[in-house]
Amino acid sequence: MRIICKAIWLALAGTLLAACSGHGGAGAGSARKVLNLYIWSDYLAPDTLSNFEKRTGIKVNVAYFDTNETLETKLLAGSSGFDVVVPTSAYFARQIKAGVYLRLDKSRLPNLVNLDPQIMRRVQEFDPGNAHGVVYMWGTDGIGYNAKMVHSLMPDAPVDSWRLLFDPNVAAKLAKCGISVLDTPADTVRAVLSYLGRDPNSQSDADLQAAAAVLAKVRPYIRNINSSEYIQALANGDLCVALGYNGDVMQARDRAREAGNGIDVRYVVPKEGSVLWFDMLAIPKDAPHPDSAYAFINYMMDPKVIAEVSNYKRYANANAAATPLVHPDVKSDPGIYPTPAQIKGLSVQLADTPEHTRALTRMWETFKTGR
Amino acid sequence: MRLPARALVVALPYLWLLLFFAVPFLIVLKISLSDVELAIPPYKPLLTWTAQHVLQIRLDLQNYGFLFTDHLYIDAFLNSIRVALVSTVICLLIGYPMAYGIARARAKTRNVLLLLVVLPFWTSQLLRVYAWIGLFKANGVINAILLHLGLIRAPLTMLFTPFAMYVGIVYSYLPFVILPLYANLEKMDWQLVEAALDLGCRPWQAFLKVTLPLSRNGILAASMLVFIPAVGEYVIPTLLGGPNALMIGRILWDEFFANRDWPVASAVAIVMLLLLVPFMMWYQRLQAREAGAGS
Repeated sequence: MRIICKAIWLALAGTLLAACSGHGGAGAGSARKVLNLYIWSDYLAPDTLSNFEKRTGIKVNVAYFDTNETLETKLLAGSSGFDVVVPTSAYFARQIKAGVYLRLDKSRLPNLVNLDPQIMRRVQEFDPGNAHGVVYMWGTDGIGYNAKMVHSLMPDAPVDSWRLLFDPNVAAKLAKCGISVLDTPADTVRAVLSYLGRDPNSQSDADLQAAAAVLAKVRPYIRNINSSEYIQALANGDLCVALGYNGDVMQARDRAREAGNGIDVRYVVPKEGSVLWFDMLAIPKDAPHPDSAYAFINYMMDPKVIAEVSNYKRYANANAAATPLVHPDVKSDPGIYPTPAQIKGLSVQLADTPEHTRALTRMWETFKTGR
Repeated sequence: MRLPARALVVALPYLWLLLFFAVPFLIVLKISLSDVELAIPPYKPLLTWTAQHVLQIRLDLQNYGFLFTDHLYIDAFLNSIRVALVSTVICLLIGYPMAYGIARARAKTRNVLLLLVVLPFWTSQLLRVYAWIGLFKANGVINAILLHLGLIRAPLTMLFTPFAMYVGIVYSYLPFVILPLYANLEKMDWQLVEAALDLGCRPWQAFLKVTLPLSRNGILAASMLVFIPAVGEYVIPTLLGGPNALMIGRILWDEFFANRDWPVASAVAIVMLLLLVPFMMWYQRLQAREAGAGS
């Protein structure tokens, strides 16, 4: 029995030793600078990170998230270990209030001069003084639709209006080919409020009830409520009208083109107005390597670097100096870069109060289950 | 000095339970009694030192009360239990004949059959659920075959329906029914069935009077293995079940991620656990009685 005891102790000691030496190894390795990046999957050009490593000697560890909720939960739990994260504006606004982010020391971001002041001004609506973040990419909420299918079911379909989704008479006609909305009440309800001509950021109960009434009327015609599967469904003709983000709809259009299935996916920002979204680069307060984080954010504001991401991923950047380097196809596509006149009519998504969020989620649950 | 080694062996499972059940449970219980706050972490601490060096404890029971003021939570609990019950019954109806067949098969075939039951575990469950999407969708495999054969004119809507959800759950949990039932039936003394037949029972009577009662333990174990995880199932209803599948798993997600209300989410989790306790106790008691009768 003593032998067994000894063996167990030896095994335990061995593990401890191994753990210690493992730690020591990491310590020695940390002489080389490191950056822990947490970003949406498939959201960089192929050589963005390798060029950064070459230029700065900082090694990048990258992890991916697929929803803002995942990111937010890690940030709110604390000590996430990430140096740079990429939250979307509405979540970012709330996370600033929760005290998640470092106040940026702008003297360490010389490339800030490249950014488009007009866009940075819109961001100030939720981050006064642009104190906590820098815009990475931005875009709009709108409608993706299958031009042929919509036309054949309804030749006079109002394809430039939210009526395509929220007018029960129109939705009833298009229900056959498939309608979907985003499974994010913050986006879908804002679209309904735009359709109703009300303030998309309204926190009032009356407005929420009005939106709920509209949604309840079209609920029977909505096939799908989700935030990612509509991309593929639009591309292969399982859906013909979808509320979506411009980048996703562009992706659906490109996939359909690649497949050569004759499906013509189009994107429109409805004339009644819509919301702008911004994906931000920000540094959590407890980032283990803030120096690397500053270096990375500054690098991402290099016109050449960010133009390449835009060309490759087909998202609009906020870098005025990069615009000449963006491919004309991308630059002139109103689905990617809305015209300045369009931007004026779009509102910025602000943070909801916790009470409103709860009411919104509750109403959404009722809408989804069709009760 | 034999005691330490023995104590170590006995302590190990308790240590395991303490680390992976009791501690997480207490953490969740603690959060469920707290208040939501926009901060890191997103809830208020239970214990605070006041300026006068007084330890102050704040317990908020409202999170539990809240669950009963809104019928959404009760509906979701009831619906989850219903879905789990229906899935369990379907699993048993399909799994029992399969387990029976395997138990009665020749030793060589039996190993192959068992391997076939376990084989799907070699790929991720998530991938297997995704595969059903490919089968069920409007222009998916099943619709393509039916259309080609001329059995239907327009594609059937199968994906995002309760039907797809039940198929997904039953498919995923079927091995958990077959394996305990097989283990039970395989150990059974088949001479008892022969005796029943000799004494004039018809085959189905022998099955109802001998085989079925003797396999009761296997059925109970199989049911628990399906029912308990199916109540909290989140992935399958989300991927296959469509938006109107109101399950407690999704309510938890909503509370935790959409409302960022960790205290209410924790309260939902605790209530769900409490709901399952009676089932587990009932099972435990039956087993204890069985063991008592056996010795």
